[in-house]
Amino acid sequence: MTLELRQVALEVGGETHIHPTDLRLERGGFNILLGTTRAGKTTLMHLMAGLERPTAGQVWFEGRDVTGISVRRRNVAMVHQQFINYPSLSVFENIASPLRVARMARAEIDARVREAADLLKLTPMLGRRPDELSGGQQQRTAIARALVKDADLVLLDEPLANLDYKLREELREELPRLFEAKGAVVVYATTEPSEALLLAGHTATLHEGRVTGFGPTGALYRAPGDLLTAQVFSEPPINLGRVEKRGGRVALAQDGAALAEWDAPAALSEAADGTYTMGLRPHFVQPANGSGLPEVEGRVLVTELSGSESVAHFELAGQPWVSQAHGIHPFEVGLTARFALETARAFYFDGAGRRVGS
Amino acid sequence: MRRTNQIGWLFVAPVLLLVAFNALIPLMTVVNYSVQESFGDNVFFWSGLQWFEQLLNEDRFHAALGRQLMFTGIILAIELPLGVAIALCMPKKGPFVPVCLVLMALPLLIPWNVVGAMWNILALPEIGLLGYGLNAAGIDFNFTQSPVDAWITIVAMDVWHWTSLVVLLAFAGLSAIPDAYYQAARIDGASRWSVFRHIELPKMKRVLTIAVLLRFMDSFMIYTEISVLTGGGPGNATTLLSIDLVKKALGQFDLGPAAAMSLVYFLITLLVSWLFYTLMTRGEQ
Amino acid sequence: MARITLETLRHAYMRNPRAREDFALHSVDIEWEDGGAYALLGPSGCGKTTLLNIISGLLRPSEGRVLFDGEDVTRRRPDQRNIAQVFQFPVIYDTMTVRENLAFPLRNRGVAEADIAARVAEIGTMLELDDMMDSRAAGLTADSKQKISLGRGLVRQDVAAILFDEPLTVIDPHLKWKLRSKLRELHQRLRVTMIYVTHDQTEALTFADQVVVMSAGEIVQLGTPEALFERPHHTFVGHFIGSPGMNLLPARVAGGRVTIETGAGDPGHQAGAATEVVGDTAIAVANPAAGDGPAEIGVRPEFVRLAGEGEPGLQAALVKVSDTGRHRIAETRVGRHTVRLLVAEGQGVPEAPRLVLDPARTFLYRDGWLAGEAR
Repeated sequence: MTLELRQVALEVGGETHIHPTDLRLERGGFNILLGTTRAGKTTLMHLMAGLERPTAGQVWFEGRDVTGISVRRRNVAMVHQQFINYPSLSVFENIASPLRVARMARAEIDARVREAADLLKLTPMLGRRPDELSGGQQQRTAIARALVKDADLVLLDEPLANLDYKLREELREELPRLFEAKGAVVVYATTEPSEALLLAGHTATLHEGRVTGFGPTGALYRAPGDLLTAQVFSEPPINLGRVEKRGGRVALAQDGAALAEWDAPAALSEAADGTYTMGLRPHFVQPANGSGLPEVEGRVLVTELSGSESVAHFELAGQPWVSQAHGIHPFEVGLTARFALETARAFYFDGAGRRVGS
Repeated sequence: MRRTNQIGWLFVAPVLLLVAFNALIPLMTVVNYSVQESFGDNVFFWSGLQWFEQLLNEDRFHAALGRQLMFTGIILAIELPLGVAIALCMPKKGPFVPVCLVLMALPLLIPWNVVGAMWNILALPEIGLLGYGLNAAGIDFNFTQSPVDAWITIVAMDVWHWTSLVVLLAFAGLSAIPDAYYQAARIDGASRWSVFRHIELPKMKRVLTIAVLLRFMDSFMIYTEISVLTGGGPGNATTLLSIDLVKKALGQFDLGPAAAMSLVYFLITLLVSWLFYTLMTRGEQ
Repeated sequence: MARITLETLRHAYMRNPRAREDFALHSVDIEWEDGGAYALLGPSGCGKTTLLNIISGLLRPSEGRVLFDGEDVTRRRPDQRNIAQVFQFPVIYDTMTVRENLAFPLRNRGVAEADIAARVAEIGTMLELDDMMDSRAAGLTADSKQKISLGRGLVRQDVAAILFDEPLTVIDPHLKWKLRSKLRELHQRLRVTMIYVTHDQTEALTFADQVVVMSAGEIVQLGTPEALFERPHHTFVGHFIGSPGMNLLPARVAGGRVTIETGAGDPGHQAGAATEVVGDTAIAVANPAAGDGPAEIGVRPEFVRLAGEGEPGLQAALVKVSDTGRHRIAETRVGRHTVRLLVAEGQGVPEAPRLVLDPARTFLYRDGWLAGEAR
């Protein structure tokens, strides 16, 4: 099955909510929409489902134009960030509700509900009402309802955002497995890059109503097409620096003075001389250890330790930078510290924000 | 976000029809009467704006309007603070909450003519518990003869009847305030007055706006209770707008002037309600 | 500022508690050093908010004492304890401007107007609220409102401690990180005691110098983020902290020898299915293994590695590999149990890998607690 957006756009009252978008989402594996709040993830999902009608473009499903067709006549399931269940119905009836609407035989409903409940570890709770469940169980009920429906299109809108950390981890493990066998096109919205990576599949990065990049999740993360995609797909934020490229050399400069200098990678050395923006993920900025990598000095603003990791925020050439390193590294706040840059892993963006070599 | 859906009108149509029958058609009839002269037997003449001119220059109308404004002003000034005060004193949690709420709602459940009759009997100087009691205590009280006593009685009756509504609304507003606000105020060392002024009152603003609007409109249209209790007397002392209107329309069969008066009455209510609403919701953006 | 001591605290929300389950808090003894940054970490319903409200004085404990610098304050009201608290949902006074909001606690305490103005301006700058000082607080975004709540605590120079109750709940995800750094920076500058309640390990570990982990009304460990990570005192700490959490495997102890069941390395198994159990393998653990009987061994995914060429190791079967961007998580099965390990980017994982558990970081647990460790 395939869901295809062709030049889909949405304007409301002269304001563009979604810029013309082309996307081709396949079944098997999650299709992830990654972006900050208000980037347009939910709106895009509504357009896919037919909850909202695009002001331009078409939505195709399985080679059929479904643009004007209301969500009621399409087989769509949706799970929201808030735990949405029927408060007066038991867990069993909640899960069964879409099947009752479809007038399925009683025995068939029973079998399907029990199967879904079993998968989502809800079997002991089937007789309870939603307000007697924990947050995790309530969301499991909502997910089970989407699962039994055998929908063609399943939309999961930040389904784990309101759950405790550990519950989130657990459900994130299970979700791809649960929907794998269903043969539906699954779309999953999240604000967290790490969540997108763990769910794998394909990812589309969104920024202010525009899809900036789309591809296999790991590939998009490792080779973003432009600066916006790299920024959306980085947590903590990707470090940015202005670099000067002259011939085969690159220099990170401030007020004309070079802070660090290194050989340009192949892709960049073919590009014209001039100013580029370098993007370097925080875990490629390490405390200096004399390994021969280009080093810079920055004033440490804040340090954070998290078990196995040290995070240091520092100022470099007037920009806030972050270093994320394994192990415990004591930094003194307010003093300067030296950091090594794994420049081989850096991205270079031209004036228009395109990644050089993409 | 969503654009208008043509099918939507189908669902709204029944309500529109109902509103048309209930409000628009009678209103148009009233407008029609208000510009005609009637001589019984359904004989009507065009009279233009004559009734309006006459009405607006009429002392009787001015007096009734003045009494009406005074009545509404007094009951608002009493019922709002009193209602908020009672709501503040009510328990916020526990088994007594539903008990309090039911007790509070009781006066609202009594039919209006019964309220009038109850207070009439209660206040009668010869037999009423209140009237007799006051007189026995040496206070001269007779609402059938003294205009002041009549006013005290109708105001007391309205306060008794309607303060509950303000209490219920204010209570709803108060219960919507999260505990964290009270806890933060305790930590900030805020006084009881500060808590009321900076937390409770602002959070109750919306429901109090509704309370003022409802109480204004209802009190402006009050008829049944006063009609049963005092019949507008003694003399014309408690003849408020609606009572005056009925006297004119049914007592004297002056259909034209009465229609003109009800239109003016309607416009005043509308205007003052709008004024209240804009004033109280101003600065919320 | 003050050192805060909690002595044998117990608390129940019901009137006549009897059973252990009636208590939301069981026998809490803890000392919070003056000027420390603490986190109180645990899942929802573990009693962490109860504990916080007892410290601030919003709640009076059923039993035990609260001491500030050795002085008993158990019966004092919140405003007499000089405590500031930031709640889950921003609390601001809608009718006031940002400036008036910040000045409010000082006005209530009768501070001179000139001092108020100076202090409020200073805190406003510190919180980067300068350009909105005279706007109505009601119209601001959640993160600015939360800064104001915090500011009302910071303006008071006599403040003994600032307590945070899941302060980032309503903040947009991409701003959470900024506000967290701001808190950390303020603590490093002002050195006022801060206690931060959260269920999110990232927030707790990045904010605090010392983390208190709670489970079911009880403190299971107090330690630095490194200690919680490297030497969890309880399996709950191992599981709850770290993503993925600690691997836990049932083990047997006999005559000081610790063994686990191991299986054949048949690859391609679905998660949930077991590989065939072929025997027991001895495991070296870092803590003493006295006394025979059933136990558990725990080892973090960070301390499991693939065995080198010819090196002996536990036979495992690969289930799947997931990508976190910086490294990969390999999920394997050893006998009937799952073992996860971290693998560097670019490093291949065979279908039937052999695993090496770091003996210095593999621990033995009995009834959940680290064996041989005083509780």
